[in-house]
Amino acid sequence: MRYRWLVFALIVGALAFVAAGCGGDDDGGGAEGSEDVTGEISVMAIWSGEEQERFQEVIDGFNELYPNVTVKYTSGGDNLAPLLSTAVEGGNPPDLAAIAQPGLMRDFQGQDAIKPMDNLRDAMVENFGESVADVGAIDGTQYGLFWKGANKSTIWYAVPAFEEAGVEPPETWDQLTEVRDTVAAAGITPYSVGVDVGWPMTDIFENIYIRSAGPEMYDQLANHEIPWTDQSVKDALTLMQDIVGESDNMVGGTEQAVQTEMPASVANVFNDPPKAAMVVLGDFAPAQGEYSLERETGYNVFTFPSIEDSAPAVVGSGDIFVKFRDSPAADAFLEYLTTPESAESWASSGGFSSPNKNLDTSIYPDEITRTTAGALGEAEVFRFDLSDLQPSAFGGTPGQGLFKAFTDFVQNPDDIDGITQQMESDAAKAFGS
Amino acid sequence: MSESVPTVEAPRRGLPPTDGEPGFFQKYGMPIIFLAPTLVLLGVWVVYPTIRTIIRSFYDRDGDEFIGLDNYETLFTDDTLVTAIKNNFLWLLIVPAFVTAIGLVFAVLLERIRFSVAFKVVVFMPMAISLFAAGVIWRLMYEKDPSQGTVNAAIAVVKDAVSPSGVLSAAQPSTDDLQGGPAGGLVLEKPLAAGDVAQLGLTGIRSSDVPADAVQAVVPEALAGGITGVVWRDFKPGGGTPGEVEKEELGLPGITVELRGEGGGTVVETQTEPDGTFAFEGIEAGLYQAAIGPDTFSEPYAGVSWLGASLITPAIMMAYIWVWAGFAMVVIAAGLAAIPRDLLEAARTDGATEWQVFRRVTVPLLAPVLTVVFVTMLIYVLKVFDIVISIAPGSVQDDANVIALAMWRTSFGGVNDLGLGAAIAVFLFLLVIPILVLNVRRFRREM
Repeated sequence: MRYRWLVFALIVGALAFVAAGCGGDDDGGGAEGSEDVTGEISVMAIWSGEEQERFQEVIDGFNELYPNVTVKYTSGGDNLAPLLSTAVEGGNPPDLAAIAQPGLMRDFQGQDAIKPMDNLRDAMVENFGESVADVGAIDGTQYGLFWKGANKSTIWYAVPAFEEAGVEPPETWDQLTEVRDTVAAAGITPYSVGVDVGWPMTDIFENIYIRSAGPEMYDQLANHEIPWTDQSVKDALTLMQDIVGESDNMVGGTEQAVQTEMPASVANVFNDPPKAAMVVLGDFAPAQGEYSLERETGYNVFTFPSIEDSAPAVVGSGDIFVKFRDSPAADAFLEYLTTPESAESWASSGGFSSPNKNLDTSIYPDEITRTTAGALGEAEVFRFDLSDLQPSAFGGTPGQGLFKAFTDFVQNPDDIDGITQQMESDAAKAFGS
Repeated sequence: MSESVPTVEAPRRGLPPTDGEPGFFQKYGMPIIFLAPTLVLLGVWVVYPTIRTIIRSFYDRDGDEFIGLDNYETLFTDDTLVTAIKNNFLWLLIVPAFVTAIGLVFAVLLERIRFSVAFKVVVFMPMAISLFAAGVIWRLMYEKDPSQGTVNAAIAVVKDAVSPSGVLSAAQPSTDDLQGGPAGGLVLEKPLAAGDVAQLGLTGIRSSDVPADAVQAVVPEALAGGITGVVWRDFKPGGGTPGEVEKEELGLPGITVELRGEGGGTVVETQTEPDGTFAFEGIEAGLYQAAIGPDTFSEPYAGVSWLGASLITPAIMMAYIWVWAGFAMVVIAAGLAAIPRDLLEAARTDGATEWQVFRRVTVPLLAPVLTVVFVTMLIYVLKVFDIVISIAPGSVQDDANVIALAMWRTSFGGVNDLGLGAAIAVFLFLLVIPILVLNVRRFRREM
């Protein structure tokens, strides 16, 4: 693995040197392509196997417009982040890479390892909207291009359970509460909750918070500019009680929910007969296993409902392209990625959600993807998963920080004051050091 | 000793010694050549990492700032780590003793039964499974839901035989007219007199749980000199209006309805019809209350939360003992076979009871073997890791924590603090040393 990378890095280094020497002039408008841009660029991302083939199709699409640019893609797999960090340290990073952690992008920017791409800002805003473009911005400078998204603002439901209870997918929080009560009255457990190590609960909280407190507060909370003891956090937790506060509303009650792992919480809803009507989980839920209910006719999805007329908001994650080395070829490729055309081939084969607003959602292969991916494109507000934006000791560690706080919250939902104080002291520790 | 160091001639490779004194190479060459591979391997994989870990434990998370004993201070102040240390001492206190005792009992009893080989194989079998796999098996067996977890399923069978669950265990009253809870049953609050019609609406009943002979619910006619009423599933798709018998809402047949007098005692009871109606005829004047008894609502056995925070450590210990009891049994049985029979016979001839023979003869003679098992288990238990991580769900790993698991979680499992992780490793190392010394001494004595 490492050896292969070394050979690859050497080749890339040599070729990039050549490319820099003979790069053509950049004439700005690249959407229609140009034969003048030449050179070779290397790209790294986590995609391997089938995903790698899909991305190769994207590259082929690019090559139709820019026949004289060679794009070499290498998969970093799950080790992408350490691979890139090592490569940066060794001075041999690829030209472009797609990374999943905004924190890593900030680290690279702090090391001056990545180059700004402000020239693409307008194209990004036009295609993705401002809040998606901002995912790749650091202090007003554009360093990243958020190209492939994952939508975490989704709720999955078992169609037979909804039919038996005679309810429709809700659009507002109040309707969701009504659906919950009606489903319960029909004798069906409303929610399947898998606390797992805690992160699925942070996703639920983030979705409530961005709707109840608004995106500005969300940003402030993400940067720890307001404390976790803020009233807005307490209000969001109070709303969250509607889902995890009542033991009878969850499969097996609170005790069982705390022990349930995420894939099992999906299986509770996606298998016939469903043990629960709904599970609040991102668009990756169906990929967790094999289920006896059919897609769409058996299980389906609706967008996380709005709270007090909040604008359509999506909390998500995804892959952000960053540029380690400037070249006309790299710029041309990045510019191509801002266009809806770049997303078409992969979107039509499935397993891909584009945050691009100008992509026709009818291109997605089925109704479920149109809902989950479409919401990503249509979102007026997009924010990256808040816990992923935290220092990992606070936002990403099992048994600590947010994961632990939300596990405690499910077990003890009435102790909002205690929980928020615990969050705040953990956050202060993590941000202080 | 300093002046008596013998001067050794420089080795002359390949040449025979010039005089009778063997050269350095002749004296030490062969041992060195034979020991070298082992020494190199030990050096690379044991000595160097040990030293490096000890040094690393004095540095901070990133490894570039010397912070003295700070990591060790954290080790004894951080809640999670203190829990891990406490748990580990619990393991030390309980598990080796249990494993040795159970192994002893099995070994002694096995001497007296037929098919002892078959039994031995069964008890020893868990040793053939990796601890991690054993953990996965027990994790599934400990599931709380009796329909998934074997342990709770077994308890549920017994429990349901003693007190069967009610027909409508999950049912809830549809309106506030019905008061009470599962413990005392549901009571219609409004007092009834002859000629009244009672409506007892219930929700929270899954349509598949409604008896098959149920038909559309109807509100019965009032009855002169009697009380009539209906028990029905007050739900239709979409919800319907609570408290009202509507189309598509089914009666609940076979429900026992009690009529309670003013004192609270049951006067008379009856069963509902397929349309949910019931009637009490010819009752005396006065006020009554209609109720559905608690038996109807008694919940099915929900299962013990083995994997919950409070039971997780005993639950894991149980699994661990299950794995190791076979090992203890086999070792002790071997020791038992070596005991001279005539000593036991002599004791029996002298009139000792079986218990006295066991207590005064067998156990003392077995003491060395028991010590081996006990000390081995002490060391293993100190290092226990894989079975804990495989049984404990993520949410309770803090409560199930042990030192080795804490070390792994701190170093690699998200915290990524290699300094603190190294400190935990050193602490664990220090704990194992006394037991190791004890063991080595004992080996020496025996040799």
